[in-house]
Amino acid sequence: MDQQDVTQSRASRALPSLRPSAPVASGLRRAGILYPFLILFIVLSVASGPFFTRVNLLDILDQQSSTLIIAAAGTLVLVAGGLDLSVGAIYALAGVTAAHLALFTSPTVAIVAGIAVGLGVGLVNGVIVTAFRINALIATLAMSFVVSGLASLVTAGNLVIDYSHPGFADLARSSFLTVNTSTWTMLAVVVALGVVLSRTTTGRYIYASGSNAEAARLSGVRVQLIKLTTFVISGGAAALGGVIDASRVLSAQASNGETTLTFTVLAGIVVGGTSILGGEGAMWRTVVGVLFIALIGNGFDLLGLNPLYEQIALGGILLIAVGYDAWSRLRQS
Amino acid sequence: MPSRPQHARDPHVELVDIGKSFGGVRALDGISLTIEKGSIHALVGENGAGKSTLGKILAGVIAPDRGQLLIGGEPVAFRSPREAIVRGIVLIAQELSIAPALSVAENVFLGTEPRRAGFVARRALRRRYDELAAAAGFELSGDLPGRALRTADQQKVEILRALCRDARLIVMDEPTAALPRPDADRLYQVIRRLAAGGTTIVLVSHFLREVAELADEVTILRDGHLVRTAPAANETEDTMLSSMLGRSLGTAFPARRPVPAQAPIVLQARGLSAPGVHDVSLDVRAGEIVGLAGLVGSGRTELARALCRAQRVTSGTVSVAGAPLTGQGPSAALRAGLAMIPESRKEQGLMLGRPIAENVSLASLTRLSDLGLVRRRAERQAVATVLGQVGVRVPAQGAPVSTLSGGNQQKALFARILLRGPRVLVADEPTRGVDVGAKRAIYELLTSLAADGLGVLLISSDAEEILGLAHRVLVMRAGRIAAELRGEAMTEAAILTAAFGAPDAGTERGA
Repeated sequence: MDQQDVTQSRASRALPSLRPSAPVASGLRRAGILYPFLILFIVLSVASGPFFTRVNLLDILDQQSSTLIIAAAGTLVLVAGGLDLSVGAIYALAGVTAAHLALFTSPTVAIVAGIAVGLGVGLVNGVIVTAFRINALIATLAMSFVVSGLASLVTAGNLVIDYSHPGFADLARSSFLTVNTSTWTMLAVVVALGVVLSRTTTGRYIYASGSNAEAARLSGVRVQLIKLTTFVISGGAAALGGVIDASRVLSAQASNGETTLTFTVLAGIVVGGTSILGGEGAMWRTVVGVLFIALIGNGFDLLGLNPLYEQIALGGILLIAVGYDAWSRLRQS
Repeated sequence: MPSRPQHARDPHVELVDIGKSFGGVRALDGISLTIEKGSIHALVGENGAGKSTLGKILAGVIAPDRGQLLIGGEPVAFRSPREAIVRGIVLIAQELSIAPALSVAENVFLGTEPRRAGFVARRALRRRYDELAAAAGFELSGDLPGRALRTADQQKVEILRALCRDARLIVMDEPTAALPRPDADRLYQVIRRLAAGGTTIVLVSHFLREVAELADEVTILRDGHLVRTAPAANETEDTMLSSMLGRSLGTAFPARRPVPAQAPIVLQARGLSAPGVHDVSLDVRAGEIVGLAGLVGSGRTELARALCRAQRVTSGTVSVAGAPLTGQGPSAALRAGLAMIPESRKEQGLMLGRPIAENVSLASLTRLSDLGLVRRRAERQAVATVLGQVGVRVPAQGAPVSTLSGGNQQKALFARILLRGPRVLVADEPTRGVDVGAKRAIYELLTSLAADGLGVLLISSDAEEILGLAHRVLVMRAGRIAAELRGEAMTEAAILTAAFGAPDAGTERGA
């Protein structure tokens, strides 16, 4: 999404001030995850008959819709220089809250309440990180325990089952133009947050806060407010993901999501090429990164490979992604 | 150390036809020169002339593409700084690397600590440190924590570090760039003593006066080519400058425009106190450049940050164009029309990895947007206009700002301010680390901003710069304004005396 600005660089005469290695490195960096993704996509299309079918591809998107929603918001957090390790716990809390309320109120109230809980936790995260200046990693890690505990309190340790309230399933299972509403919701969130990040003043301030907080502050950006906002959005998105998944299976439990989801989301964002150090990244990267990881899982399933190797492959890819980020930063400086 | 026979040609390092390119750009071409043992050899030139690159080649940080490096007549090819250190060559970079949590002695012996059974032998460490410091003639306690050191003392640590690694040639890249004058003088003494003891010093420097005073020989570089190597005694600031630029630089400072007597006061502080600032009152009129001088640590930067609300104020008021400043944070100051160019452009000014356009438009996005959406065409045009005004040509606004040279990065910060259009500009060391050409351009910018009716508060460690640009000079000492100098009283001597606290400097203000 940020490519148009850069590709229109007219070939200029050798400016003595221009450091030549930097554009090369940033060019590689720009393309990043796109090539591995396309290669994997083509390989899977050739190697597996069922892969390149409408059903399978829509299935992947549907399965990934909550991950993509959370990762889209997580991109804002990371670009602003933060980190949110509580999304898995918020996902669970919002899921069980909505599922629980759906038992005796209208589905709409249940859904809204679930999302509101996530926004509330996000606000608490943001206040802890910005007002009390506590490191985001520690703050959201601590909050994830608190929130997980709250989720267990809501369910009293049980599975909440909504089979007798099928109206709650409409959020995820309705279909519009033959595509599930969960997928449409995901698309809407990803596009909206993508526009926020790449086109709005808020998006610029998010980049500025993560790239150089002091410079942003001296330029009149209210850095702490921007960071707080990203945490609120992240909390809301995690909750939306949790509610959608609870609606899809008409049930929820406190152990949903947990750390696996948090780290899948983070892995997707980072594999896409958004820097964990803030200030760099884009929404399309996160989409491609999350789908890349999803394709690996899908490929293992379709090709009947031992799923044990999936984790190893994933870890290796993550290391390569982070190493590549460090390497290109080194080249730039 | 063996005593060195006077005037004997005793080459320590010889460079033969050294060349280095980065990408397609030639940084160095056909450089041949000889550095004598125990001499102080200065490398001078504009930013981008290749002097730092040459220093890095000597120290093994960069490998040359072409040419031969000889040490004591023997060809060498360093693949890393470590290999250069083994041959007794150490680089002290501009950015010093001191571990804040370690003591001075531990910093000096970092990586080469005397050990016993895997544990650091603390007593031996202290003894060896004391010996080393005494040999170098430094009075610096080994017990001080690294974080408590001033820049000048950090430099001493770096020098001791080099000496304990048995350095026979030390490359110093801009050692005095961040030092106030008295500290710089002390460093000069150290350098002279080192050279007298047989250590060869290669000095990369912007400060031509320092080079003329200190160096035995000077090598002048221009656009990666060697202009000449000559005894420093034969050079003056003017001869060096004109060779560096390939032309003679006329008067270094643009003409000052007098401030109209009835020009309104655009910045007023009354009894302003903040951490490091005590009860400061000052006025800046529209069209006036007020110089703020003082030693590093005298509270200049703290005052600038307090004025611009970048730092919490404990008491006192600030008014911009007659209206008292209310609200918190730099955004409030900016809204009132008070903008700042911070001390460190990399740490406080620029978003290095972000596009040039985003860096320039950052403070003016509200004006360049509709309903929160950035109007990208308007932004591009506005950025192009102000970049033109500050004289920066860019290949593409989308290129990262880090691809610009230091001088152009600083000008990009001026472009950000220009686009914002404030009433008052507080510029903290706006010419630090930029080359002579960019300095001149920034002087012209400051003067023309003032001519357009802006009030400018200019902080600088360079007394000449302040005297050349300012209508009036305030000198700070220990957090207070120690003196105000006008007209005839504005001299380098008066600034220094006031900064150091002699009572007869200018019109002393009561405490």
